[in-house]
Amino acid sequence: MGKTIAEKILSEKSGSDAKAGDIVIARVDLAFVQDTTGPLTIRQFQTSGMTLANPGKTVLFIDHAVPSPNANLSNDHIFLREFARQSNCILSEAGEGVCHQVVIETYACPGDVVVGSDSHTVTAGGLGAFATGMGSSDVAVAFGLGKNWFRVPESLQIAVSGNFQKGVSAKDLILHLIGKIGADGATYKSLEFSGDTVNNMSMSGRFTVANMAVEAGAKVGLFPADEKTAAYLEGEGRGSDYQPLAADADAEYEKTIEIDASKLEPTVSKPHTVDNTALAKELKGTKIQQVVIGTCTNGRLEDLAVAAGILKKKRPARDLRLIIAPASRSVLLDAIAMGYIAELVEAGAIILPPGCGPCLGLHQGVLGDGETCLSTANRNFEGRMGNPKGFIYLASPATAAASALTGEITDPREVL
Amino acid sequence: MLQGKVHKFGDSISTDHIIPGRYAHLRSNLPELAKHVLEDADVDFVNKVKEGDFVVGGSNFGLGSSREHAPLVIKMAGVSAILAKSVARIFFRNAINLGLPVLICDTDKINDGDELEIDLAAGTIKDLTNGTELTFGKIPDVMLAILDDGGLIPYIHKHGDIKL
Repeated sequence: MGKTIAEKILSEKSGSDAKAGDIVIARVDLAFVQDTTGPLTIRQFQTSGMTLANPGKTVLFIDHAVPSPNANLSNDHIFLREFARQSNCILSEAGEGVCHQVVIETYACPGDVVVGSDSHTVTAGGLGAFATGMGSSDVAVAFGLGKNWFRVPESLQIAVSGNFQKGVSAKDLILHLIGKIGADGATYKSLEFSGDTVNNMSMSGRFTVANMAVEAGAKVGLFPADEKTAAYLEGEGRGSDYQPLAADADAEYEKTIEIDASKLEPTVSKPHTVDNTALAKELKGTKIQQVVIGTCTNGRLEDLAVAAGILKKKRPARDLRLIIAPASRSVLLDAIAMGYIAELVEAGAIILPPGCGPCLGLHQGVLGDGETCLSTANRNFEGRMGNPKGFIYLASPATAAASALTGEITDPREVL
Repeated sequence: MLQGKVHKFGDSISTDHIIPGRYAHLRSNLPELAKHVLEDADVDFVNKVKEGDFVVGGSNFGLGSSREHAPLVIKMAGVSAILAKSVARIFFRNAINLGLPVLICDTDKINDGDELEIDLAAGTIKDLTNGTELTFGKIPDVMLAILDDGGLIPYIHKHGDIKL
């Protein structure tokens, strides 16, 4: 019997014939933390008495609170910098970008096992890495032992065919899928994407889909590594990190879910769960006071290009804040070079430093009581954007940009 | 044997309900952070909870973030076990890694305020208030070993390695 991508990677990294349901100890190729989970990880690590197994593959990211909004978080940053200096591990400084974006640009390779103390670590599944979020203790163990234990997940095959309609993108696909299977529809499982839509999908789109695998409860969201992956890594100056990777034709899946991409329409998650989906056109008339375009879900160049295309030479609706959160310094530089940033700023946008921005409610766009935000991020839980009296809708960059123009949730096909 | 009172919550209690992101600046000051445990699900929970009590949820308890601070503040509140119909993957591992048992069972039969008696070794839950008896799903051996040592870090401290 053939293997899924998850089984292949965990077999290779555990030196065993790993099958769904097995528990294996696998080597970890990259382990990282960010500034809100890192201090606990490091304290756990120091308590355990271990030393770093692989300092060159251990990364501390300062990305969630950048620049720091208060002294406590600044002190956490000092703590991370001091640990990096003493232990010789890598520090990704404030302004470099969201950990997940920097991981795909710089570190993760197809076939790697990547663990990070952030649930959206799954993003690197877009280039074929078994990348999964873990808590501080588990990442501390990966820091010290260069390995950890994993349950080999059962896989759901998501077979996607057909071309997206104009105004529909990878974000609509993943929101549709989560709406269909539920926020716990893939708990403990691997989502493995295939089909002609997936083969044709840009790397940026693949990362958007993989990023949100955890919103269906999945352990990983995996894409095959193919020519597009090779070209992406080449573009990042690390073509030699490429290796092709795909599931065997006779791999065993728990279930196959078929999706016709040509039938998808702009999709939105309503408060307060990601699986509470509706079509954008069904929500026409829903007033919004803030639009966020960016984050690790949709803060790449392709996303900013879509937003700039819709917003250039226009103004957002009255009383609406338009916030742009580029996913990394590299994305921001490219967006400046392409003229997107100028177009967005002329259209009234506030450009945030590369980082997590308002996504988790720390700063930079906290909602007021009763306010509603349409965001391209990945989570709309109660209180997520810093105020339990706020309301968050999730959508694609096209839907978010179109809605910024009208001040209410708008199907982007109305403006394209 | 664990005994205590039930604090019942609904489905989809997220890590943002348990410890909201807006308190991220308190994560290096755990006693202060712990004052906000489950604040966005029940603002009064922190005042009601007593040593040994149980947090009982519905489906997909602990979905969302990987923040280990979520099970940590529940543990710091004195809670001796979490019971739910289903639990999000990262939260489940994090709780066990802190030595906090998470038991998967049919929580529809348990009501807020009930008194429970739980035998971890036997795998049984007795609702002393309404007489219901429940069993819970098997915890993998590697997790039982971690629980036995009081969490993953004490386990590593003791064994120096992970063994299956």
